[in-house]
Amino acid sequence: MRTSIRRSHRLMALAAVAALTTGLLAGCANDSDDGSSDNSGGDGSGKGEITLTIGTFGVFGYKQAGLYDEYTKLHPDISIKENVTTRTDVYWPKVLTRLQAGSGTDDIQAIEVGNITEAVQTQANKFVDLGKEVDKSQWLDWKLAQATTKDGRTIGLGTDIGPMAICYRKDLFKKAGLETDRDKLAAQWKGDWAKYVDLGKKYMKKAPSGTKFVDSASSVYNAALGGGATRYYDKDGNVVWDKSQGVQKAWNAAMTVATSDMSAKLKQFDKPWDQGFANGSFASVACPAWMMGYIEQKSGDAGKGNWDVAAAPTAANWGGSFVGVPTAGKHQKEAIALAKWLTAPEQQAKVFAKQASFPSTPSAYAGLKPAADTTAYFSNAPITQIFSDSAKTIPTQYFGIKDQPINSALTDVGILQVEQKGKSPEQGWNAAKNEIKDVLGQ
Amino acid sequence: MSSPKQALAHPASSAEAAPGTPPGAAGGARGRGAPADADSWRGRFYRWDTKAAPYAFVAPFFVLFGAFSLIPLLYTAWYSLHNVQLSSLDHQTWAGLDNYRNLLSSDFFWNALKNTFSIGLISTVPQLLAALGLAHLLNYKLRGSTMWRVVMLTPYATSVAAATLVFTLLYSWDGGMVNWVLHFFGVEPVNWRESDWGSQFAVSSIVIWRWTGYNALIYLAAMQAIPADLYESAAIDGANRWQQFRHVTVPQLRPTILFTVVVSTIGATQLFGEPLLFGGVSGSKGGSEHQYQTLGLYMYDQGWIIGNLGKASAIAWSMFLLLLIIAAVNLLLTRRLRKSQ
Repeated sequence: MRTSIRRSHRLMALAAVAALTTGLLAGCANDSDDGSSDNSGGDGSGKGEITLTIGTFGVFGYKQAGLYDEYTKLHPDISIKENVTTRTDVYWPKVLTRLQAGSGTDDIQAIEVGNITEAVQTQANKFVDLGKEVDKSQWLDWKLAQATTKDGRTIGLGTDIGPMAICYRKDLFKKAGLETDRDKLAAQWKGDWAKYVDLGKKYMKKAPSGTKFVDSASSVYNAALGGGATRYYDKDGNVVWDKSQGVQKAWNAAMTVATSDMSAKLKQFDKPWDQGFANGSFASVACPAWMMGYIEQKSGDAGKGNWDVAAAPTAANWGGSFVGVPTAGKHQKEAIALAKWLTAPEQQAKVFAKQASFPSTPSAYAGLKPAADTTAYFSNAPITQIFSDSAKTIPTQYFGIKDQPINSALTDVGILQVEQKGKSPEQGWNAAKNEIKDVLGQ
Repeated sequence: MSSPKQALAHPASSAEAAPGTPPGAAGGARGRGAPADADSWRGRFYRWDTKAAPYAFVAPFFVLFGAFSLIPLLYTAWYSLHNVQLSSLDHQTWAGLDNYRNLLSSDFFWNALKNTFSIGLISTVPQLLAALGLAHLLNYKLRGSTMWRVVMLTPYATSVAAATLVFTLLYSWDGGMVNWVLHFFGVEPVNWRESDWGSQFAVSSIVIWRWTGYNALIYLAAMQAIPADLYESAAIDGANRWQQFRHVTVPQLRPTILFTVVVSTIGATQLFGEPLLFGGVSGSKGGSEHQYQTLGLYMYDQGWIIGNLGKASAIAWSMFLLLLIIAAVNLLLTRRLRKSQ
């Protein structure tokens, strides 16, 4: 009697161990549903025979603009699930490993502009050639070129771009005795970021207490860099970062900011930066179209009507994304159709109306309407006009494989050392140089 | 200590008794009418069962260990001898010991090693001392002692991310609570994230906050196993509380202290989450001058941000070797301690 009880206990324990083990293994296999994911979208009707997944980072605005619901209504047999990984530096390595493993990718995979060259040069055969599926002339030339390989395969369709403007606090500018009219301001700094920085010196002379002219030197750097003819690589893919005119000019503007008193010394997308918006602790910020939604959200009601938008010193682009269809996906045909639909001019216009993410398809520009509350928030500024003008004159820039780590070396090491640790610009430059050597494995 | 030993002894002795023919078990089977010689399938199964079952029970661990530790470990070693980029995993070129040579000549590596050591030191030492003190206090008769103990464990139960987020706000340079308090003592605001010692101190404080209670409970458990008569005789000899703590409690806790030192040292060597999240955006750099970049962060930065997996693997193996050295030193110390006792 006693043994049989013992044996059944043992069996139970064995069963429990087995259950635990399978549970653990299942938990590992299923890591696409990690904490950072937001698995919703679709209208939840559950009628769809095919579930398409789309992997994104940050806020893409598709769900917010109701595009998934709309698509499901048009195609009742399809439901859509969005997997969001908030941080790009977590998102991209994950995509890279899955692409190469040939499994675990989403049906559609978003690609940030900083990673697109790496994708084009190293992962092109892992993506469907979408160029065959669409009318390529819909997109801005440079946007299309960024996602196209040398032999003419287009691996990603452009979503938004980041044409640049300056967002500024009218109320603070007024207190500091500066011009507040957006056209006159734009005229004052037209042509050179150095002029914008000079205005900062003027602001600081009569600055309202507790406020600075800009949020950070890095934001000026990124904005100015986005308008230069060259970034870190030349047309043929050689690293030229330390000889690049674009880098040199942007660096100098950033150094003026970092060595004077006009910066709030915040790190963009950090918690204190958000608080800076809420407390109104800086008066202006270089502002690509996609940042407007962010400002509206973080500044809150207190900022309403106080923010205004003026044209940037030079036309520039900062950010923007693509969507690609991995060949490893199970529902390639359906995924291509969805990617095509999501990036069509009409849909891009809808995302702009909701999220102010600016379309990469010029034919959408004529009918662009920002959301009413965004317009009111930014003092009825003609944002459609300002961003369209910028978008049309953005220079074609070449990105490189290690564009993002190089950029991060310059902003998060070089500029930060000067801005926050009081190092000299030469010391900052040399520190960035060492860092980039490490990045490039030299 | 005696009761768990008995509990362990009990099933072991009965298991030994089982395979042999004697008492109750076999007798019961015979009673049911089956011919119960050792060659029957049931007997054979039973013998097999008692021999195999322990292996079956430990197997899941070893299967998981193999799948998630051993194979990755060996694979990492293989990677560390190659030039592997994250974007082209299938194009590996043999690099020999280049990655290791590269590390030894890299300022960033030595800096990370130094930071790991210094942050480890300023987080482990105060943490264990405070835990010892707290455990001693908790060992007194207290009203609501369970509540105090649970409270001690709450920081440990908090997620690293949540804790670090709160600390980041407390330490924020502009408008953070820590600088606000310092301001009343006439101290200039400290840039906690960018200053050299300030950032290391801030990271350490998160570690200390999270782990002190955990260690205190381990010490408390060990303290309660110290026989009361030791204290009684010490009291009779005229030792006061402090003398009792120094001459009775601490020597009795020696093995436990050693255990927590080993565990904390391993934890400190692998420190990763706190500095990464404390750094915010681009946290893997550990500050603009890498002032709090630990080895773990350096590995993450090389592997997943820069995409140089070969070098990242070499860092991983260097960390592993470092831990082996630490373990060896600990082993030597333990032996010494035992001999001296």
